[in-house]
Order: sequence, then C-alpha cells, then structure tokens
Amino acid sequence: MTTSGKPASFEVRILRQDAPGEPSRWERFRVPYETDMNVISVLQKIAANPRTIDGRDVAPVAWESNCLEEVCGACTMVINGRVRQACSALVDQLLADRPGEIELRPMSKFPVYRDLVVDRQRLFRSLVRVRAWLPIDDYSDRGPGPRQSQAEQEQAYPLTECMSCGCCLEACPQFQKVDLSEYGEGTSDEQRNAAFDRSFLGAHAISQAMLFNGHPIGKTSAAERLDALMAEGGIQVCGNAQNCVAVCPKEIPLTTSIARAGRATTIHTIKKFFDH
Amino acid sequence: MFQQRVLIVGGGLAGLAASMKLAELGVQTSVMSLTPVKRSHSVCAQGGINSVNELTRQEGDSEWLHLDDTVYGGDFLQHQPPVKEMVDWGPRIIDLMDRLGVPFNRTPEGFRDQRRFGGTLHKRTAFAGATTGQQLLYALDEQVRRWQSAGRIAMVEGWDFLGPILDDQGRCRGAVAQNLITMEIRPFPADVVVLATGGCGLIFGRSTMSMASTGSAASRAVQAGARYANGEFIQVHPTAIPGADKLRLMSESARGEGGRVWVPRTPQDPRPPRDIPENERYYFLEERYPTYGNLVPRDIATREIFDICVNDGLSVDPEKPCVYLDLTHIPRDELDRKLGGILRIYEKFQGVDPREVPMKIFPAVHYSMGGLWVDYERSASGGLAKGSPKTHQTNIPGLYAIGECDYHYHGANRLGANSLLSCIFSGLFVAPGIQSMLGSLSDSASDAKYDPLMQSAQADHQKSHDKWLQRDIGGDNPYLIHLELGQIMTSAATVVRHNRTITEAIEKVNELAERAKKCSLSDRGNWTNQNVIFTKALIDMFPLAKAILHGALARDECRGAHYKPEFDMPGIESDDPAERHRQAEEWCTKFEEKNKKWLKTTIAVLDGKGEPSLGYEEVDISLIPPRPRLYGLVGAEIIEEVWKEQHAH
Ligand code: SF4
Ligand code: SF4
Ligand code: FES
Repeated sequence: MTTSGKPASFEVRILRQDAPGEPSRWERFRVPYETDMNVISVLQKIAANPRTIDGRDVAPVAWESNCLEEVCGACTMVINGRVRQACSALVDQLLADRPGEIELRPMSKFPVYRDLVVDRQRLFRSLVRVRAWLPIDDYSDRGPGPRQSQAEQEQAYPLTECMSCGCCLEACPQFQKVDLSEYGEGTSDEQRNAAFDRSFLGAHAISQAMLFNGHPIGKTSAAERLDALMAEGGIQVCGNAQNCVAVCPKEIPLTTSIARAGRATTIHTIKKFFDH
Repeated sequence: MFQQRVLIVGGGLAGLAASMKLAELGVQTSVMSLTPVKRSHSVCAQGGINSVNELTRQEGDSEWLHLDDTVYGGDFLQHQPPVKEMVDWGPRIIDLMDRLGVPFNRTPEGFRDQRRFGGTLHKRTAFAGATTGQQLLYALDEQVRRWQSAGRIAMVEGWDFLGPILDDQGRCRGAVAQNLITMEIRPFPADVVVLATGGCGLIFGRSTMSMASTGSAASRAVQAGARYANGEFIQVHPTAIPGADKLRLMSESARGEGGRVWVPRTPQDPRPPRDIPENERYYFLEERYPTYGNLVPRDIATREIFDICVNDGLSVDPEKPCVYLDLTHIPRDELDRKLGGILRIYEKFQGVDPREVPMKIFPAVHYSMGGLWVDYERSASGGLAKGSPKTHQTNIPGLYAIGECDYHYHGANRLGANSLLSCIFSGLFVAPGIQSMLGSLSDSASDAKYDPLMQSAQADHQKSHDKWLQRDIGGDNPYLIHLELGQIMTSAATVVRHNRTITEAIEKVNELAERAKKCSLSDRGNWTNQNVIFTKALIDMFPLAKAILHGALARDECRGAHYKPEFDMPGIESDDPAERHRQAEEWCTKFEEKNKKWLKTTIAVLDGKGEPSLGYEEVDISLIPPRPRLYGLVGAEIIEEVWKEQHAH
C-alpha cells in the first residue's frame, strides 16, 4: 500500500483463448496503479507490456472498444463476475469492491473469437427478426414526421438508447449460446441465420419491437413484429427472471417492454383467431 | 450486362446516409467498417443538429443567415457553394430524420424543440436529449439493416481498409481490406469507392474521438496520391472531461442550456465551488464576450479557457488545468430531460453529480476541419449542381470522400451542431452524383479483365503484412511510439502554435516515423492480431501528422482554430477618436493583405519520399465577402465602422 491508501499495483486475471475451438486458460498480469484508470487503460497497459506475473512474454490480450464513454457497446465483458462495459469500469471502484485483483472474462453467451473478443452477430440478427426499423416510403422531402407529445417522446427515448451491448443477453437464464460447430468451418450466412432464428430473441430485441410498435409510423407494421415475437424463440421463452433489466447499463425498462409485449401478443393472438 | 457496385468505407452518419440513399436509387452497395456500424464514432456526438426552423424564421432567421454564421464562424476558409447547399437542405434533413423515428425533444404542444448553440444568436439546434448523434446514427443503422435484409446492401463489418486499387489510368477500381478476426487480405472490386472514415484524433494521442478515429484510411488514400486539404485546422473543443485513456466530450449543449463557465477570482480558492459567492466568481466568457457570452465560437472559448489556466494561473485545480462548467443553478428535472445522457457520463467517469457540483473541464482535440480534398460543381444559383459526379470526388477518379474525412463546410473552425448536418448532407447529396458517375462508365471493376489488377493489389498488401509478422523482436514498442506522437502533436499543433515549437515537432516526428517503421510486434500470430493492425494504423498516422505540422508552420497568420500569437492582429487601444479611426483603417488594410495572402486552401500531397509538399488554392467566396471576425476584440466597433465605410458601394 502507498501512503494514500492506494495500492502500488494490482493483479489482473484474464480468461484467455487463442481462437475458436481452442481451450481457454487463465493468465495473470501485474499492473502498476495510476489514478483515474479504467479497465480499458488496464488492457492498454498490458498490451504495451504483455508479460505475465511469472515473467512469461505472451501475446497481448485482444479486446474490443471504440467510444470509451459507454455509448457504443463494443467493450462489453464480464468484469469481477458482472457483465458490463470495460470503459466505464473504474479501477478505483473495482478495487474498493474486491481489493487487490480484477478478473476479466469474455461474455459466455457468444462464441469467442479470441480472448475477450466475441461474435455478437446474433444480437443484430434479432433486430432483423423483429423488423426494428420504420418502414417509411422513401427518403424524399415529405415534410416532418408525425407530431408527438412530450409524454410520447419521453416514453420512446429510453428505449432508443439501447447500444446493442448484449449485457441483457449475457445475464438472461433463457438466452443460451447457439452452437454453430455442427456446421463446421464454412458455415454459410443462411445456415447461421437459420440457427439464430430458432433461438431466443433476447430482451433487447423485444424492447426494440415495442419501441417501433409505439411509433405512429411503426404501428403500420406492428402485426409483423408481433408475429415475430410469437414465433419460435420469441417472447414465450422469457421466464420473467428480470436479470436483464438489472444489468442494462442504459437502465432501459426492459421488463416493462416485455410485459407490454406479452399483453400485445395476447391481444394479437385473439384478434387473429377471430379474423380467421 | 455488367454489375456495378459502390463500396462505402465507414459506417458513421455520412457512410450510412450515402448507403441508404444509394440503395434507394437501386445501386448495389457494400458498407465496409471496422466495427459493427452501430458502434461508429458518430454515437459520441451529443448536442444536436442545426437547421433553420419555423421559430427562428419568425425572428428573421433564414438559410442565408445560417450560411453567414457558418462561414463567419469558419473565418471564411470554406468554399461557400457547398455550405449554401447544405444549409438549404437543413430543414429537409431534420424532417427526414424525424420521419425515421429520431426521438427529438418536443415542446408541450408536440413540436420539435430547439436550443441555441455556439456562434449563432438563433435557436437552430434540434436535439434528442444529449445523445443526438447516437439517435441519428441508430435511425440510419435501422434503415441500412432494412435494406440489408432485403438483399440490397451488403455489410462488410470487421474489415480494415488497406488502400484503394488504382488501374493504370489512375482510376479507383476498388479497395484492398483486411479482416480483423481472420486476418484475411482480399480485394473488393468496386466502381466507386467512398471514404466516410471520420477524423484523425488519435494522431494527438488522447482526444474526444473514438479508437477507430486514427485517420489511417484517409492517410492510405493520400499515400495513393489523394490530396489532403487544410490539415492544420484541428478543432479543440473547449469543454472535455480529462481522463487517462480519453478526453470525454462535455457537449456544448451544456452551455446551450444555460451552463456557465467560471473560475474563482482568487487563484485555487480552496472553498467548495458552491460556497464561493457570485461576486468572487469570474465568469470570464460572459465578461469578455457580452453578446455571445458562454456561446462564443469554439476556437475562442478554447483559447480563453486555455489562457485563464495556463497564462492567468486561475485553474480551479492546483494539480491540473481546468475550469468550472456550472449547471447547478438549473432545475434537476430540466437537466435530466435535456442533458441526461452527458450528465450521466460525467457522473459515471468522475463519480461526482454535476447537478450538485460544478463540472471540471478543459479543452481537448475534437474534430478535423481539414481532410481529403474533394471537388464540387457549383450551380447557377450559387449552391451545388444536382447529380454532378464531380461533387465530393477526390482527385483520384472514382474515389470519393464524405463526412469528417473530407475538408468542406467548416473552414477554419466548425460551429457546434453543424457536423451532424454536414455528415448526413454529404452522404445524401453524393448518392445521385455517384449514380451518374456509374452511368458514365462503360465497364465494371468486377469484369474478368480486372482480375490481374485485383490479384496484384492483394499480393502487395499480403507481402507487406507478412513482412510485419516476420519482424525481429526487440525494436521499439508501437504503443509507446503512439504515446510520444500524441504528446508532440498536442503540444505543438493544438490551441496555441509557435513556429519554433512546430519546427522542433517536425524534426521529432520525422525521427519518430523512422523508429516506428522499425518497431517490433509483441504478437506475430495471424489470428485477431490487434497488435499488427494498430501498428499499421500508427505508421499511417505519420503522413497526416506531417501534413498537419507543415501546414501549420507555413501558415503565418491567425485564422479560426489556427492561432499563432506572433501573427495576431491586436485590437484598437487608443482613446483619441482620430487616432482610433486611423488605427482602424490600418487594421482593415492589414486584414485585406492577410486575406490576399492566406485566404487559401492548403493542399498537401506526398512526394516520392512520402514527405508532404504544400500548395495553395483559391477559396470560393462568391456569396458572402469575407469580413473581419471581431468576436470580443477590443475596438471591434470602430473597426466595423471603418470596414463598412470602406466597403459601402
Ligand atoms: S426477464 Fe426474460 S429476457 Fe429478461 S432475463 Fe429474464 S428471461 Fe431473460
Ligand atoms: S437493452 Fe441494455 S443491456 Fe441489452 S443490449 Fe441494449 S443497452 Fe445493452
Ligand atoms: S468502448 Fe464504447 S461502450 Fe465501452
């Protein structure tokens, strides 16, 4: 300990994997303490000097990041057992919660490419499944969009902040990793999407479906989104465990969206029944 | 029958706007990006997007005044026709984004709300909380996903652009890129390549920019012969949160919503800020610039904050330079509704609630006004000709540039909330021009006759990549070289510039560039090797760094963000009316001489040895003649009076 009560250095344990299909292993690094560090600056320090505690020179750890201010979602990983963004994980706070050591793991619900880098294509595929866009006619000049009340804006805004980070999926007991290994090396996009489309959409996509169904233009295609929510891997998979809402860094009211989606799909089913 | 294709490199606002418009026009389009496009740097833009609107019109605002504010704020260095076209499109672009579902803040009656931004007296800025860039990008991302699912746009995410492919006529026929995961290098034949790759903040080490903003793509185009224009014009944003890995932006909207910048009159007053009484606070921007107050243009606010800390010794923190940006007088619920996003960032990264305690901020590198030189075709009415294939094309036929990586629109200094507009505008506007360019071609880059060209381009890049991996160990560390480069560039080429410092910086950067070429990798594997990708980007930072420094050294004047105290033109100090008049006349004459010499675009090209050589080009000032930029200058009134006398027709 230094006089200020801060450690001179701390240990970082990282679960590493060289490539898909390779075994994973823990490696430990010692990082000198500095003020104002976050997990990104810790990883940068390790990249500049990739030597383990037992003195082995190793390849630098691979990780993803871009914005460094928790708006792009790239740097999501499991830090001290909790899924979150590395850029907003401040070392002082982490060490206060668990002195002396920080543990980093890749998200477990997505296939690892290398170290902390995972393949999150499925997350974006879910957005296609629920048609998370407004079907406007064209990009010509047709005047403003529909007028909206402050209340409507304030209901939509939090949902639009979803940065597709995947925290809600990592935490969800119903969201299981999709195993693509049966397809072998050259999985085609079609095979991959078909596998994704059978699996659970995830809370983020359900919430997006509700966002667009609540929009005056989005309403015109609401039925398609409800159909998607009711298809295989849809909202019925959700066990209402509420883990998702607890970990969302943007504090998106996911369970509210899920509840609304539940009601909307029920009504949709009844309507469909009578329309036949 | 041949199949033509456009390759857009970069999936931020400009790239996505161009892609969706091209898709609508029926053009086959691919979008290449380092990250999933939804994670592009545009998400970091916070404050809003400018356009004239119904309310400002009633105060007498017009597109012409938006043009005037933009060119006056930019110190007249930008060509005016592209700006005119952009501001004319402004209202339509906001309407389109509104139709795309961007949750713009609303008035109680349900209209879009607007706020005021720097460098204007009108509330032109539409906003979606304080995450406007994120919201705009997501709206475009959604549309592109829609086209992708319909098979009309192909996504090439996770690829690094290594360079354009030029045929023996010098026309761009595609690009070579490398996959960030598998490290595969391959050619992407395309009939038009559009760079929409953003700024180059990482050249300065830490900035407000994202990790992808290395400028390497623009640099690779420059190394292939593209011209680089006005590189020395780098915007330093007045208000950022200092951090170890990044200087996080604190949006101008904090001031637009009433935030006040101040320091205690007593240096390093130890009292908590809220205990310091009003009369002991120095609201230096408000005192020095009564008209614009906290909303002076960015270059001016930046210099004042820098000056107050570095020269007046009034930094609020004895350890590091910073000033207070104070929102604590504004009701909490209003702050949450209008600025929630950025206040949360401050709270998360600083652990202090900015609604209760004034924020500590300091300037940071934020935006490149300069960029790839691109052409344009003027229309008869002074805007841009519709559908011209020239507009936004670089000097390499078939290679275009849009968004922050080109040099149009912002001149010597960008006004806040004009960048989101210029990005979306250039993306939408360029699409029909590209379509006509395609129509003028009689073949396609995917024709078999181009196969050898594609293969040899790929082989060249593969060879140089393999060489990197075979490097000896024990050389310099690329990450440490980057750190050094950032320090040199930040001290020599940001807020205040001196020829002596720049000359020294050029020497150091030259030396560093040589060391960088010989640096070693710590990872020599060929799978998700971020070490080699970073090192290549680092190597490519040097040509742009040199262009910035040489441009700054040569330009012996002050203009917008480029400030050399040696060449400053001080105001009028005399009290005697006749003497004041005489001095003002002298001032105006000097001003005209300075414009004659320096109201020119700097154009850098690389010579055979990869060193920049500079040329200059006239600026189109046909719409609004340049006039002195007098924000806060002592004696501004008399200079303005004399200027008007001299320029009355
Ligand atoms: S509420 Fe549903 S989506 Fe959320 S964590 Fe639980 S099961 Fe998953
Ligand atoms: S809903 Fe929240 S946790 Fe889930 S992807 Fe979006 S931002 Fe991340
Ligand atoms: S890097 Fe963008 S969220 Fe962390």
